[in-house]
Amino acid sequence: MIKKSLAIAAMATVAAVAAQPASAQSRDQIRIVGSSTVYPFASTVVEHFGRETEFKTPVIESTGSGGGLKLFCAGIGVQHPDITNASRRIKASEVKRCMDNGIKQVTEVKIGSDGIVIANSADASAVSLTTKQIWLALAEKVPQDGKLVMNPNQKWSDIDGSLPDRKIEVLGPPPTSGTRDAFNELAMEAGCEQFETVASLPEGEMEKACLTYRADGAWIEAGENDVLIVQKLTANENAFGVFGYSFLDQNRDKLQAAKVNGFEPTVSNISSDKYPLSRSLWFYVKNAHVGVIPGIKEYVEEFTKEGTWGRYGYLVEKGLIPLPDDERKAWREKARSFEPLNPDDFMG
Amino acid sequence: MSEMAQTAEEATVRRPDLSNARLRKRYAAERRFRLYGLLAVLAAVGMLAVLLGSIVLNGYSAFLQTHIALDVHMDETVIMAEGDTPEAMADANYRALVFKAIERRFPSVRDMGEQRELHRLVSGGAPRAIKDMVLDNPALVGTTQTVWVKADDEIDMLHKGYVDRTLPENRRLVNDRTLGWYDSLREADLIELQFNTTFFTGTDSREPEQAGILGAAVGSFLTLFVTLLLSFPVAVLAAIYLEEFAPKNRLTDLIEVNINNLAAVPSIVFGLLGLAVIINFFGFPRSSPLVGGIVLALMTLPTIIISARSALKAVPPSVREAALGIGASRIQTVTHHVLPLALPGVLTGTIIGMAQALGETAPLLMVGMVAFVVAVPSGFTDASTVLPVQIFLWSDSPERAFVEKTSAAIMVLLAFLITMNAVAVFLRKRFERRW
Repeated sequence: MIKKSLAIAAMATVAAVAAQPASAQSRDQIRIVGSSTVYPFASTVVEHFGRETEFKTPVIESTGSGGGLKLFCAGIGVQHPDITNASRRIKASEVKRCMDNGIKQVTEVKIGSDGIVIANSADASAVSLTTKQIWLALAEKVPQDGKLVMNPNQKWSDIDGSLPDRKIEVLGPPPTSGTRDAFNELAMEAGCEQFETVASLPEGEMEKACLTYRADGAWIEAGENDVLIVQKLTANENAFGVFGYSFLDQNRDKLQAAKVNGFEPTVSNISSDKYPLSRSLWFYVKNAHVGVIPGIKEYVEEFTKEGTWGRYGYLVEKGLIPLPDDERKAWREKARSFEPLNPDDFMG
Repeated sequence: MSEMAQTAEEATVRRPDLSNARLRKRYAAERRFRLYGLLAVLAAVGMLAVLLGSIVLNGYSAFLQTHIALDVHMDETVIMAEGDTPEAMADANYRALVFKAIERRFPSVRDMGEQRELHRLVSGGAPRAIKDMVLDNPALVGTTQTVWVKADDEIDMLHKGYVDRTLPENRRLVNDRTLGWYDSLREADLIELQFNTTFFTGTDSREPEQAGILGAAVGSFLTLFVTLLLSFPVAVLAAIYLEEFAPKNRLTDLIEVNINNLAAVPSIVFGLLGLAVIINFFGFPRSSPLVGGIVLALMTLPTIIISARSALKAVPPSVREAALGIGASRIQTVTHHVLPLALPGVLTGTIIGMAQALGETAPLLMVGMVAFVVAVPSGFTDASTVLPVQIFLWSDSPERAFVEKTSAAIMVLLAFLITMNAVAVFLRKRFERRW
């Protein structure tokens, strides 16, 4: 008896399974993938969108910028996502991948900025760093008398007398994270290019010299979870952490941010690019899906509304740093007319 | 001790009697060993207590939610601005009603920027609550009602005592102005903790006060249902064949070794397999409980096969011989005698496999179930997420209020796991037979 009903159940499952691909042929729900940095903003927009329109609430997967673009550029059709979020601009290689897979038209939308902060426990003293000092603290090899030697700096005060007499301990994101990519470019490369010894190296070696982090315990890869970094910083006054601005905003009682090149990470400094560690956030829309998957046009409109990404929009409450007014206007027009990005801009 | 020892001693050279000392030593060694064992158990229990204690301490407050009492005037001109049909009333601007109600409570706040801050005292979900109230009972239009609406997550944190008021303003989550408003509401008894039903009836949200676990719980249920449906029959049939019918040769040995190996394969590998075969090759919908269930079924299969085989093995051969001896066929022997006797063990193994699948996130990451899904999934192909994934997503959210939500969701997941394991223990105790 049990066996018979089990067999029937198993057969029913097989039948249901076989019927699946048919139902996958159409989709009435937007699928979004991409950056975990943009995820909190995009999911807030999605929630508003789902509540205020008659469309189904889109589904967002947090896959990381690179992973998102990989899925996005895999092809056209309901099994591929419609929109991908990114915490950096699309790369030439990714544009090429899209083109090769038949995705000729992609709309690019810049949504705002995000600052990367270097913060420590609020109980410790505040510091002011330069990108040069950051690189000297974290690189594996630093120049000394015209040669690259293993990093001898053990304390911040070894780098510069004005910095605290504390052990260098920095918790940062792992190489898979978009925050790490941005930190590499904005802090590490910017810092190391200021040294003659490094700048004179051939390109490949220079990149290696700039971006190789020291392995003696001063740089600690703390994983993707920024909440964890915040907890570790409160427990250890020596440690600094590298993470996104929104986590600083929510933990002002526990953390303080270091000034970089003389600028504090504030909304206005990040938005105007004065704070050196600020990066742009983006999303990309597959034009071929607009009008096929219902709601994409309306979603883009919702995202680019003044009440969403504007200076008093709801994304600001979530920690987004809005674009300056004129830039916002330009991107809104581009986005709403679905003006495709020009691949030649990337191919160089 | 015995006479013999004494006579032997007398007969030979008198030596000091060390046997008592040795005995004491042996007893002491035994006591020490027992003590080490006890310490090990205590250490394990202690760690468990710390783990559970920290989760409960962090999370119990998520079951309560701060509410603010507002005198909302159900203004006819606002609600019926577009007409008095239910559709027109659903489209009305309920935000305005809520905002006006707060502004009336604090009439001295006139500045636009300050008013905006004032509006943020209550949750963004409050207008929807008012809307549902009005649509349920249109007679309310035109009246003024005292409504308990949800407070914003920051006010919630403040009310629950997670905000240190002694800190200077620039380091505090809540500024001085908001603190003043909060105090005045508190003095007037217009703010209180109520049971947070939304946590059980709501779905994922970016606003902590509106976030709930229903979507994830339903997703977990659908996923496990698919897992059970696929893995149980396959695993039991495989176990019966291997144990009762298969000849013992090289091939079956190889299969057995491989099943044991599969049980130890890291679960993420099954996720990659699911992505490559089930999604990319067969084209099943991403993020669906169907795909998640298939992947988890692959993962739990070896666990269930192994436990089912050992349950079958535990049935004494005399039962089989007796059945065969009175003329039963081999199938009859298995289905009438061996399997019913082994069933409690098989079910226990299945439940433990299911509990393992319930707590799994890694393979689901690959098949797209780590996603922000607002709708409660209504079928096996809808996008959905599961409880452990919900915990993971919340733990990574910047808002402070998600810390307690994370712990509370862990408590719910643990409650499910404990229930499932308790059922397994009960089945074993109730039906298992020992020979």
